[in-house]
Formats: sequence, structure tokens, C-alpha cells
Amino acid sequence: MTITTPGHEPADAAELAIASAGLTKRFRGGQLAVDHIDLAVPKGSVYGFLGPNGSGKTTTIRMLLGLAYPTSGTAELLGVSMPNGAVSVLSRVGSLVEGPAFYPYLSGWDNLARYDAADRSAPPKSAAARIGAALDRVGLTAAAKKKYRNYSLGMKQRLAIASGLLRPRDLIILDEPTNGLDPQGTREVRTLVRQIAADGITVFVSSHLLAEVEQVCTHVGVMRTGRLVFQGPLTELRRTGAARITVRTPDVAVAADVFDKLGLREPDKTEDTITAELGDAAPEHVNAELVHAGVAVRGLAVESPSLEDLFVGLTGEGFDVEH
Amino acid sequence: MSSIELMVTTAEEPAGAGETASFVRANLRFIRNELRLLFFRRRNQLLLTAVGLFPLLIGIGLKVSAPDNGGGGGGGGPGSSAAFFNQLAGNGVFLTFIALTLLLLLVLPVSMAVISGDSVAGEAGYGTLRYLLAVPAGRTRLLVVKYLAIVAFACAATFLVSVVALLVGVVLFPVGPVTLLSGTTVSLSAGLVRVLLVTLYLCAAMSAVGAIGLAISTFTEHAIGAIAAIAILVVASEVVDQIPQFASVQPYLPTHWWNSFDSLLRTPVDTTTLEHGLLSFAVYIVLFFLIAWARFTSADVTS
Repeated sequence: MTITTPGHEPADAAELAIASAGLTKRFRGGQLAVDHIDLAVPKGSVYGFLGPNGSGKTTTIRMLLGLAYPTSGTAELLGVSMPNGAVSVLSRVGSLVEGPAFYPYLSGWDNLARYDAADRSAPPKSAAARIGAALDRVGLTAAAKKKYRNYSLGMKQRLAIASGLLRPRDLIILDEPTNGLDPQGTREVRTLVRQIAADGITVFVSSHLLAEVEQVCTHVGVMRTGRLVFQGPLTELRRTGAARITVRTPDVAVAADVFDKLGLREPDKTEDTITAELGDAAPEHVNAELVHAGVAVRGLAVESPSLEDLFVGLTGEGFDVEH
Repeated sequence: MSSIELMVTTAEEPAGAGETASFVRANLRFIRNELRLLFFRRRNQLLLTAVGLFPLLIGIGLKVSAPDNGGGGGGGGPGSSAAFFNQLAGNGVFLTFIALTLLLLLVLPVSMAVISGDSVAGEAGYGTLRYLLAVPAGRTRLLVVKYLAIVAFACAATFLVSVVALLVGVVLFPVGPVTLLSGTTVSLSAGLVRVLLVTLYLCAAMSAVGAIGLAISTFTEHAIGAIAAIAILVVASEVVDQIPQFASVQPYLPTHWWNSFDSLLRTPVDTTTLEHGLLSFAVYIVLFFLIAWARFTSADVTS
């Protein structure tokens, strides 16, 4: 069940920062890591790529970046086909893949200089200024000359984000940017993501924790065992969660008749409560009907499932046990 | 904002000749950075220091034992190098040939194994490989830069041995016109030219080892495994080269032509042997670079 954003349904390539069609990766062992996924990441969005560990997020990102080759299907970054267009388009894409990786015997500054030197389109003259600015942006200016091996986990993560900001980018891909960070570090990363997005850069951020990205995302894609089970604006994901009405009353049987008359689905009775899907019915109308039928309403509540519940509902138990 | 900045950057670069110039500049910058990484790394500096100490130790050892040998008869050494030992007492220049011959057995090839085995596998092990490719460095371009750095190290290590040996030889032993293995005597400067040619020949030999190492390095993300594999390969080749029953395959062994540099120490110089050697090195370099390229440009980077 893939839900496409109405506004982006005709996969308008020009409007999409990332687009894939039937992207599939089967490992040599035969395991299907990514199974025909059709990503549509609108330009300017902050796209949360969610799913439990082992659901194929990192493999997808590796294919998007041209690090791994798809078994079948296509992927486009900023309208350029991957992996063939890697050299031309990747300089516009900043990325953090599966945790930071740097040379432990080099300083933070020298590490960034290393990656910058490898970029054939990076103007050498502005290298020092750009490295300085990137370090400054993630708050590592003071630690610039320190050896990477002496960095804390949070500093390593921030240095990785800095390397993604060495050049002006149109798209930033962050794979589990808060992995292993303390709450303080998580907040810092979230703030950084917000700032990056405020500059108009599309951010594609993967996470196994919904709560981590919920506050910053405009769109989400949810992975489950290699398949994309939901994709669309966050508001749409919220809507998919059916609200339920809960009535506390001693007259459960009568209430059930009223619910039935009103067409409320999936009623669930206990001794003194009854719940059902609210659907399109207005709660005040349900209340009026109950009272009219002589039901003693002691309490009435309408609850929408939390995003976390929806997320768990979509991803199930996750992990590879489902295979 | 970002895309505007990007457009400005692109617009600044003039087309045509300017583009070629910036292409060359960018590549030179990458190579410079790679060389810095290689030669400023403490481990590699220690490796070179160790390599450089060997000629010194060999020189001192031979000097100390020289009087007992009564003119250097019992210096001992593998194969053709015995001839150099006899010459050393008369001329310090020969210490370069002695040092090179002894270090060719293990020290130089193992140093090449360390550097070339680490080249791609080391990056994969650190995880920096995926970031270099995401930069994007370009797979072929990265491989070329890696190999150029390996060649630079091969030359650095070989020349280090020659230069240290020459200095030690000059200090510890008499120096003068060089009597070649064929009995002819040439002037000191002509002798030094031969030292240079021998060193260059061995740079090519070590570059061939480096190409094999680069190829092996693309197959693993465990540098130590690649290093061990290359070292074992070199030793195996040397062993097979010593067994007469394998005479038919010996010319194709990667180590077979290494000691042929002594052709340069005879008059007339046996150019056929040298050409065979250089051809062998060239074939190994091309073949194994292609293997490395085929593997590296088609494999998923999973580290």
C-alpha cells in the first residue's frame, strides 16, 4: 500500500529531488534487501525515511549515492540518473552514510581538506574558507586542529555533517544522523537539520525512530522489510490513523445499538465502556444520539492514534524475523 | 540560496582552456593530498625510517667484519650478489648494490605490500572510501591517484636505500673509479650513473609489486589481509624462482627479473635481459591495474 501525495502523483521529475522507480537490490546471498521501491522526495521537503533496523534504508541510500548498484530499477538524484551520473550530480549532494568515517590520525580540519581535495569540482582557492565555515556551522571551530581519534561521538557526527556542508548543496542525505548520540546531541542535530532546511535545501533523513524526525519532517516514507509501505506528507500519515470514540456508560448494550444505527465501525465493548471508529461522524452528534436513546454517558473521548502507533502499525515487529 | 551559489561557482569557470586548466589543477590537488596522507602518516614514516636504517646497518656490519674476511671473501649473500661483496672492500659505491640486493629479498617488497595492500582496503576499513566516492572522487580517478601514490612510495623507498647506502659507503669505504663485474673499470661519475639506472630499474620492479597489491586491495576491506596476501605471493614467487624444475614458468614470475639489474654492472650492458625485465614489470602493471579497475568500478561499496 503506497500512498502517493496527490500533488506529486504524476512523478514530475523536475519537482523531485529524489525519484526512484522499482528500485531493487538483491544481495548475492539471495536476500531481497530493497524490493521495488518508488521514492518521490519533493524539492524543498524534509523527508523522513523511516523503518526499523534492517528494513533496507541504508541499502537504498547506498544505491541513491552510487555506492551500490541496483539489481533492477532506476534512481534519480536532482533529475540525474544514478549511478551513471554520480560524478556530475554528487557534488551538489551532501551525505552522511552509516555513521561518520574519517582518518583517525588526521585533525578535523585535515579530514575535511582531504574530502574537499578529492572533489574535482571544488574550487581550491576557497577551500580554507569553506572548511572554516563548515566547521563553524557545526560548532567545531575550537576542535579543528584536534585529531579525529580524540573526538567525542557527537563531535564525530557533527564533523560528518560539516563534510556534507563543504559546498553549497541542493540536497543533503543523512543516514541515521543521531545514532548513538545523547539527547543533547540529538537536539543539536535536529537544530542543524532545521537550519539546513531553512536555507531551502532538500533534506533526506533516515531514522529508525519516528520521534527523532517527527518534529522536523514535512514528508515521510516508511520502509518495512525492503518495501516502502507509506509515502506522503506527514499530515497525510496522521490522517490515515482512524480516530476512535470511547464512551463510558453502564448501558453498554443500548450504546452499541446507537453506534450500529450511526454506522460506527469496529465497536469494542467492555463492562462499562464501548469504543468504535469515529469515521466521519461528529462526536457531539454521537453524544446527542446516545443521550436521546437514554444512555447514561459518564464520559466521552475521541482519540487519534499517535504517530508512533501508526509507525509501529506500518512497520510491524520489523527486523528480519519476517523473512 | 544554495543553488544560486552553485550557479555562480559554475559561471566563474571559463570554458575551454580554462576548464582543462581547472581539471588539471583539481587532479594535482587530489594527488598532492594523497601524497601528503601517505608520507605524513606516522606509520609510513616509521616504515621508511626502518627501510633507511637497513643500508646503514649492512654497511656497518660489513665494515666491522671486513678485516676478518681478508678482502671481503666471506661476506656471503644470495646468488649473484656475492660478487658485490667482493667488490665492496675496494669501493664504497658497491654498498648500494649490496643493500638493494639484500632488501629486495623481503624488506622492499613487504614495504610495498603494506602500502599497496592498505591503499584501497585501508580506506574501505576506515569507511572513508564511501565518503570519497560520495564526494564524488570518481572511482577510476581515485584508483589512478592511489596507484600514482604507490609508485611514488616505490620510488621513495628504493631511492632511500640507494642514497643511504651510497652515503654510508662513501663514509666507511674507499671511493674511486668503479670496477664493474665484467672487470672493466669506469670513472666514479659513470659508476654513479649506473647506480641511478639500477635504482630506476628497481623502482619499476617495485611499482609492479604495487600494482599487484592495488588489485588485491580492491577485493577486501581488511588491509592486513591484503598485505599478508601480497607478502606471501612475493615470497612464493621467490621460492618457485629457486626451484630448477619450475624453469619454464620462472620468466613469468613477478620476482624473476628483479636481480637482473646486475646486467647494468657489466660492459657491454646486457640490454636484452633488462628489456625482458622491464617488459615483465610493464605487463604486470597493466594487467593488475586493469584487474583492480574492473573490480573497483563494478563492486558495491559495503564498508
